[in-house]
Amino acid sequence: MSGVRLKDLVGKKNPLTEGHRMCPGCGAPTELRQAFMGIDDPVVVVGATGCLEVSSTVYPYSAWRVPFMHVAFENAAAAISGVVAAHSVLAERGTAKKNIKFVAFGGDGGTYDIGLQALSGALERGHDFTYICYNNQGYMNTGAQRSSATPRGANATTSPAGSVLGGKLQRAKNMTEIAAAHDIPYVAQTTLHNPADLISKVRRAVETPGPAFVNVLVPCALFWKIATCDQVKICKLAADTRFWPIYEVIEGRHALSYTPRTPLPLEEFLKAQGRYSHLFRAGAERADIVAQAQKDIDDDWEKLLRKCS
Amino acid sequence: MSRVKGGVSWRNTPPGTVTFGASAMEVETGLWRSMRPVLDLEKCVSCLKCWVQCPDASIMTDEDARVCGINEYFCKGCGVCQAVCPAGAISMRPESDFSDCGKVCEPDKVMQLVKNTGMVGELVGS
Amino acid sequence: MGHSAERDEADTNRRVEMTSGNLAFAEAMRQINPDVVAAYPITPSTEIPMRFAEYVANGDVDTRYVAVESEHSAITACVGASVAGGRVMTASSANGVALMHEIFPIAASFRAPIVFGLVNRSLGAPVNIHCDHSDSMPERDSGWVQIYCEDAQEVYDTVMLSVRLAEHPDVLTPVFVCQDGFITSHCYEPVEFLQDESVRQFVGTREPRYPLLDVDNPVSYGSFTMSEHYFEIKRNQIEGLNNVSRVYRELSDEYVALSGREYPMIDRYMTDDADYVVVIMSSATGVVKDVVDDLRREGVRAGCLRVRMYRPFPSGEVREALSGKKCVAVLDRSASPGGVAPLAAEIKSALYMSPDRVPVFDYIFGLGGRDFFPDDARRVFQDLMDMRYEDGARYIGLLEEDD
Repeated sequence: MSGVRLKDLVGKKNPLTEGHRMCPGCGAPTELRQAFMGIDDPVVVVGATGCLEVSSTVYPYSAWRVPFMHVAFENAAAAISGVVAAHSVLAERGTAKKNIKFVAFGGDGGTYDIGLQALSGALERGHDFTYICYNNQGYMNTGAQRSSATPRGANATTSPAGSVLGGKLQRAKNMTEIAAAHDIPYVAQTTLHNPADLISKVRRAVETPGPAFVNVLVPCALFWKIATCDQVKICKLAADTRFWPIYEVIEGRHALSYTPRTPLPLEEFLKAQGRYSHLFRAGAERADIVAQAQKDIDDDWEKLLRKCS
Repeated sequence: MSRVKGGVSWRNTPPGTVTFGASAMEVETGLWRSMRPVLDLEKCVSCLKCWVQCPDASIMTDEDARVCGINEYFCKGCGVCQAVCPAGAISMRPESDFSDCGKVCEPDKVMQLVKNTGMVGELVGS
Repeated sequence: MGHSAERDEADTNRRVEMTSGNLAFAEAMRQINPDVVAAYPITPSTEIPMRFAEYVANGDVDTRYVAVESEHSAITACVGASVAGGRVMTASSANGVALMHEIFPIAASFRAPIVFGLVNRSLGAPVNIHCDHSDSMPERDSGWVQIYCEDAQEVYDTVMLSVRLAEHPDVLTPVFVCQDGFITSHCYEPVEFLQDESVRQFVGTREPRYPLLDVDNPVSYGSFTMSEHYFEIKRNQIEGLNNVSRVYRELSDEYVALSGREYPMIDRYMTDDADYVVVIMSSATGVVKDVVDDLRREGVRAGCLRVRMYRPFPSGEVREALSGKKCVAVLDRSASPGGVAPLAAEIKSALYMSPDRVPVFDYIFGLGGRDFFPDDARRVFQDLMDMRYEDGARYIGLLEEDD
């Protein structure tokens, strides 16, 4: 797919090194490493506060082979705006290389919630940078609190499954469409199980002049309550159930990248994760929530198909 | 609790919270591991699925871009490599099966691994 | 500048124009030609980025102007640009400064030498657009240098000095250049400007130590740092402020030679032989100095001490200036509810180790832009002369009873 051959990428030094302290089986470093595989130019990275930022920069060590900056939680997009602005002057003056690519990342908390304003501002201003959301659907760094990316029915520590309430009551915000509504040149949504797709989407994002947004679903083994080896399987289920459609928006035009031949019922994705186990507990099943969650994704899929036609 | 020893004094601390690139290559995350992936090179087809999905960049490759081993200095034992392997070339075995279980890698071996896998910046506190 | 120049014929290197504190700041920015300015509008500082945006629009500067969506993003973008290796400036006031609060200590820890036009305005609520120091004082522990200017000329000159001070390798610390909202920022007065070329030579170009954009020598900023290392990093940062007074004196000498104008960290007005001294900051100083003149004519040995540099606080100079006085009054333009007001606290702390015990009276004045009159200053001197000490602060110009 998209001309990506893993064999060609093997010898390259990845901006994110080994020796980081992310949990075993975490999807976030996999995602970022894959994202960087398609970028040939030098990269400067800005990270929002979160698991990956903390675990990659435990002082005095840094797992960044490239320049890296973390300022705070809500402002990765604003921070990279300043870096990009400075670069345009310094490159002109000859004190910085011209061909540097700029990548900002944040978790879903730093992107959907506390960082939304700064991100929206940066997208509107049109800086030449790529923003990657590593979306594990909750505040995992602080212990799995719900965010606006947490899906309906998921058990999160601030929307816990109890005897009355069945986990998070609301559906997730559609951040990919919010980014697309900024009419920026490139927006994409993907996940990990098909590296060629992620690699080529991020390559396209960084090569497109102006701002680009890539929303990547990444499992958190600890709080999705899955086995550490199952991240790739879960991502595939997310795509095959249409829970997480794989698509891109190029210059305002939506295009599906993957259509499951026979979509699996959402239950298959839910049942594979402990964060939904309360929905299927014998004698206390919450078929109502499962049905509503299925309806959420069916509605979204219909809307997406209309945009793609 | 104990007093901090062997650190860098405030005068010699670099300004600006600065740390140096790729210095985490010193950190032996392999010590976290409870399950060890064992690679059967006879079965391996070098499809690189394990390489691209490893969160810890612990699948080693040779000059021909073929899988040649697992970097135990960094591997945390998550098992993703085994799960994605289409050839059944990787098996996960408890660390207790191995005589070098929990042993810190030999320094020479470590430095060789670090040299093989990437650039090391000026290291703080070394 | 759009104003007609009133050139000083005697010296072609000088030009004098009628301008305001805000526009003098903006003119200094034009001459400095920073790499990046990221700003967000808020009264009364708005004129600075507005005027500067015109310079950008007309191609008078090479600066990238980032018109952000909030003050929080303004200071964040400034940090990003400064860490990248650029020379960076911005301005704000009041609630805008408060919204930036989270990022100020990060800028200082990153040793990002940003020069910041802080146009003092009261913090809401209630909303009030006029001057007091309740916006800048909460930032006194953020690790920035704080300099408080009396008039527009001083604002202009302080911007020049601050660029050099902030970027000096022994300091590497961001600087707030404070001026009083409306009183200094909007009132027109004659200001003498340097020639563009003189400014360029004085400020030079920034030579960053660890620029983020150096992709061949990659560094990481903003690590997660546990208790084994955090303390050392903070102590290293504090040394930057400890070095300010030495570096500032050197720069001040250089600037005097260029401009003929000198700004010591404290401004002593007839304090040497004074019995009674009023300590104050910023624009209200002129009122006190006038009253000192009147009192001197009446035979009272009055003096005025203006604290210009508040961070780092020049304790030694203050102690030397105030030791042996019969009595000292400190006038704060902000309160520390439930505690001692910021300037009074510093003055008392500085005097604690003086050989004699100088009584210090605390006053709070001018909150929300309440005017400060010569009568008010005279009454303070009268309190000193009568040794009318009160425990706790007195409020100047406050209606204690219905009028």
